[in-house]
Amino acid sequence: MLTTTLVVVASLGYLGLLFAIAYWADRRADQKRSVISNATIYALSLAVYCTAWTFYGSVGRAAATGIGFLPIYIGPTLIAALWGTLLLKIVRVSKTQRITSIADFIASRYGKSHLLGGLVTVIAVLGIVPYIALQLKAISRSFTILLTYPDVTMPNPADSLPLLQDTTLYVALLLAAFTILFGTRHLDASERHEGMVAAIAFESIVKLVAFLSVGIFVTYQLHDGFTDLFDKAETAGILNPLIIDGMNGYENWFALTLLSALAVMMLPRQFQVAVVENSSEQHLRRAVWLFPLYLFLINIFVIPIALAGQLTFAGANVDADTFVLTLPMAHHQSALTLLAFLGGMSAATGMVIVETIALSTMVCNDLVMPVLLKRWKHIPPDADLSQLLLRIRRGAIILILLLGFLYFRFAGEAYALVSIGLISFSAVAQFAPALIIGLYWRGGTRRGALAGLLSGFAIWMYTLLLPSFAKSGWLPAGLLEHGPFAIELLKPQALFGLTGLNEITHCLFWSMTFNIGAYLIFSLWRTPRVDEATQASLFVDALKNRRFLGAGLWRGTAEVKELLHLAERFLGVERAKHLFQAFAKRRKLHDINQLPADAETVHFAETLLAGAIGSASARVMVASVTTEETLGMDEVLNILDEASQIRSYSRELEQKSHQLEAATRELKEANERLQELDRLKDDFMSSVTHELRTPLASIRAFSEILNDDPDLSLNERQRFLGIIVNETERLSRLVNQVLDLAKIESGSADWNAQDVDLLEIIEEALASTEQLFAEHGTRVCRELPDNPCVVTGDRDRLMQVLLNLLSNANKFVPQKSGVVTVNLRSNHENYELSVSDNGPGIAAEELPNIFEKFRQAGTTSNKPIGTGLGLPISKKIVEHLGGEIWAESREEKGAIFTFALPKKKKAA
Amino acid sequence: MSKKILIVDDEPNIVLSVEYLMRREGYEVVTANDGQEAMEKIAASPPDLLILDVMMPRKNGFEVCQELRVDPALSTMPILMLSAKGREAEIKKGISLGADGYITKPFSTHDLVDKVNQLLQSEE
Repeated sequence: MLTTTLVVVASLGYLGLLFAIAYWADRRADQKRSVISNATIYALSLAVYCTAWTFYGSVGRAAATGIGFLPIYIGPTLIAALWGTLLLKIVRVSKTQRITSIADFIASRYGKSHLLGGLVTVIAVLGIVPYIALQLKAISRSFTILLTYPDVTMPNPADSLPLLQDTTLYVALLLAAFTILFGTRHLDASERHEGMVAAIAFESIVKLVAFLSVGIFVTYQLHDGFTDLFDKAETAGILNPLIIDGMNGYENWFALTLLSALAVMMLPRQFQVAVVENSSEQHLRRAVWLFPLYLFLINIFVIPIALAGQLTFAGANVDADTFVLTLPMAHHQSALTLLAFLGGMSAATGMVIVETIALSTMVCNDLVMPVLLKRWKHIPPDADLSQLLLRIRRGAIILILLLGFLYFRFAGEAYALVSIGLISFSAVAQFAPALIIGLYWRGGTRRGALAGLLSGFAIWMYTLLLPSFAKSGWLPAGLLEHGPFAIELLKPQALFGLTGLNEITHCLFWSMTFNIGAYLIFSLWRTPRVDEATQASLFVDALKNRRFLGAGLWRGTAEVKELLHLAERFLGVERAKHLFQAFAKRRKLHDINQLPADAETVHFAETLLAGAIGSASARVMVASVTTEETLGMDEVLNILDEASQIRSYSRELEQKSHQLEAATRELKEANERLQELDRLKDDFMSSVTHELRTPLASIRAFSEILNDDPDLSLNERQRFLGIIVNETERLSRLVNQVLDLAKIESGSADWNAQDVDLLEIIEEALASTEQLFAEHGTRVCRELPDNPCVVTGDRDRLMQVLLNLLSNANKFVPQKSGVVTVNLRSNHENYELSVSDNGPGIAAEELPNIFEKFRQAGTTSNKPIGTGLGLPISKKIVEHLGGEIWAESREEKGAIFTFALPKKKKAA
Repeated sequence: MSKKILIVDDEPNIVLSVEYLMRREGYEVVTANDGQEAMEKIAASPPDLLILDVMMPRKNGFEVCQELRVDPALSTMPILMLSAKGREAEIKKGISLGADGYITKPFSTHDLVDKVNQLLQSEE
């Protein structure tokens, strides 16, 4: 049995548990042993996206529009894929600039503008208050429903109760107290809240477990699984409308997907947990898949619960919004009912806590601080302002929750839960153009952002907020039906004649058109001012630029004492001193007194303050204690240019050095090849000179002898002259062959391509060597086929090869008994021509080198008369003609030189 | 008694010309066609002077020179290298291996004869 006391005690106990978790996490953070510095906890904290609107509202929306509830989760799932770059960039910028909220982010991007920060804050508060109202409504309503357990009755509309009997008021006040404890527990106004994040992550688990438990109970306890449930629904005729109606209007699907994709990044609470509370960029990587997985899990049982609710409460007056709670109630599951109630409370409180903390920071930094700063110009402020800051934030928390309560009191019944959520989504989506385009486009200006935000917000008010007021009866209904002053074109829900869309899609279309249009037009109208250009560069280049160059953009005079004093005011004396000390240490200085009052120190102080009071206010405060010289636009552009030049220059350098490395490598290889060639050439040259010197030596010696000795006998004289003639011939041959070889090797030799019959060549060659063989007493044998053997090649060159082989053979065969055999045979695609002799053969160790230059085979006793270039030249010729040449040796039986040439291809 | 000169070269025409020159000077001449043959002839009957080519089959002039210089009985025999290898490094190598002179081909017959005479005189 669930008694009121039990429910109240369980609720308070649950809140107490949350507080304990937050307290523990804060303590751990103080000890530098953070519990939230964990990718899973980060992803779970992002699930603050799933509010009471998800927990109760999804089922309500599914019952009304079928699977039409899905785009709200598809959008975030899709955009999560971009987090690796988009969210990373936002996080990187926010860390370096100590951004405290989305208002601060946008204000900072456009030159730290108070006006812009204030506008974003106003839009956020107006847009989000209904959403907070929704959470309050969910808590009080679920509480009221629970009180009648196990009877399911719908509570009366809230405004029928006197104000002080409305549980919602107490819920609001309780949550305000709780949020103050969570969000402003610390005396310093630091921007991060580790305890809150831990509690939120815990709540994400609770709401998921609660929802899944109800889903499993409904699907597997009440029914026999999905199939059974769907069958019953189909029989009852409620399944098809759910699926088919939900698919209607793809433009609405698209709009809702886009809207929720933007909202999951632009909602102040999402910005708070995803950006401000982020402790490591690494965590983004897990969030990219874990967060969508969470969304998937919490949606699995939405349709089953909606169907089961409609089956169970057919005909009864039970809102689909309450099925998650009322289904366990109707089946007398007290424990499950309580779990569902706590799950819903988790969803609602999580949202309220984070949202109000985020909004209170914005209200404090971007609305109240500018006013205070103006006042302080006339009246000097107190020495310690940190308490003041906390008081402002606490006040803002109470104010926001009371606003939420009032909205609930007066407008809350006008709409189903789900519509209120979408109205808020549409409001915060207006931040997207200024934020996202500003991250990638330098040209965006403060005017552009202001114009875009104002026009987008105006359209939102006109097309969504106004109709909701009209529906609540505060404005004449004729406004919606006929337009203001009966101008049909201005009908809020069919602006400029646009019909056929639902109100959210209609609003999104027009507000985004006006927002983006105004942003672009006003941005292009004027070039960015100095401060805008500076900030634009820091934001746009955030991912390229790890070294922060903000410090380079300040010039002026300052005193460290003044800066420290300023920081002490807002952060407290001890904390400020501590942080300055740490900063001095980072700069390798012993203490604060040694800190130079330079741009870097001023920048440090400003970012420190920005973490507490927002970037725009921090700039004003720092400016009040320093004299900044105004940098001209040219100077700033120069500095920025320099930075980007350095970047592109270093990129270029890197590229160049890669190219250089490659070129060096190639050069080295080429050089090695060249050296090798050079060595070969050297070897060749030294061989050639050696070969030239030898005959020259003989010629010179005998010439001198002939010259010196007139008394030489005629016999000797003729013998010596004969030697001189022979050696001169050898010299000429050598020179010719060297030139010939050089010509072939360099490729400058002329080659005729003609049909050559090898038989003809053989006969011709044998004819011209007939004399040579006869002198030596050598017998020539022919082993030749009868048919012509035609190859394509140069006739003279082939002749040269053959003559060379024949004369070589003749050199080695024994006197008188020599036999040289010429053999020609056909072998597959080649003709093989070989010349064999019955000489001494070639020694095995000589064989591999036989075709190298100046490698003559032979023993001392029968040193061959030759240049040592005949075979190398023959080899070059045969290879040039596409053939092959090789030598075989039959020791003591002679050598065989064979070359093979491809047969002439038959004309086709 | 006339001095004996061993001419070692694998070029018959060089051997022929040097032999003629030496005989004309009144020396007794023995010839060898390669390093191996030279070593054999030296072992059989050491000459008073060696005219040695470098690039030869079987055993080149440098090797011959080196082997002779480690043999105490032959270490003082004058060696005149006569080679087509004319690079500075090759000349230095010949000298450092123990050659007493190094003449490059093509050579002046007068220089060769003078050098031989000079080496044989300083021997006395």
